[in-house]
Amino acid sequence: MITLTPSPFSPSEALAAFEKEARGAGAIVSFTGLVRDRAGETDVDGLHLQAYSPMTENGIEKAAADARQRWPLTALRIIHRIGDMAPFEPIVFVATASAHRRAAFEAADFLMDYLKTEAVFWKKEFTKTGSRWIEPRAEDYSDSARWTQTDTETDRHARHK
Amino acid sequence: MADILYFGRLGDVAGTGAEKLDIPAAITDTAALRRWLDAEKSAGGAFLEASVRLAVNSEIVVDPHPISPSDEIAFMPPVGGG
Repeated sequence: MITLTPSPFSPSEALAAFEKEARGAGAIVSFTGLVRDRAGETDVDGLHLQAYSPMTENGIEKAAADARQRWPLTALRIIHRIGDMAPFEPIVFVATASAHRRAAFEAADFLMDYLKTEAVFWKKEFTKTGSRWIEPRAEDYSDSARWTQTDTETDRHARHK
Repeated sequence: MADILYFGRLGDVAGTGAEKLDIPAAITDTAALRRWLDAEKSAGGAFLEASVRLAVNSEIVVDPHPISPSDEIAFMPPVGGG
């Protein structure tokens, strides 16, 4: 399930609900991304996230479908904030469930790379000295490119069976 | 009237996030629209950057893509969340 929300959410409540939904899985991985209070030497007062509905939701749905195709997931949850948020608030939550840990780890990592570099969001950072739009770093793009260069541990494992 | 959307930093350049515009009849594709708007907004090339993609009626397109007077056209700088 995928949710975009303009309101703060609780990752621990989201994880508890996901554990119920994924009952029977041997492995659950969850990732929470939080708004940083620093950007280099500057204090950050807040972030603003723009989305373009329904392109944003459709793109995330497609990435989730890709993840389900690549890994044997039994459940998947994505929550992403939009609008205004303050430092330390959760901005993104991704949870994956599978029979074994590797698939759950890899699928969560894959989905986060999608969300960082391809999901249709624009992010603005507010500081004491003004505001600026933030675009992905070179490192974010190289992280994301890993998924087109190599196959997954699960693929390799399947071949060796 | 076309609905033009300016996302991310292009909203600051355009001075608004969205507006309805009468696009001149001579502007029939996305490449021409970029050039026309860049001049209209005195944007100094911000609308011409290759990293800025255009979506026509919610589909990302490759320049030059045909446009109609009532399309929704979005200017999309590099995306990224998390």
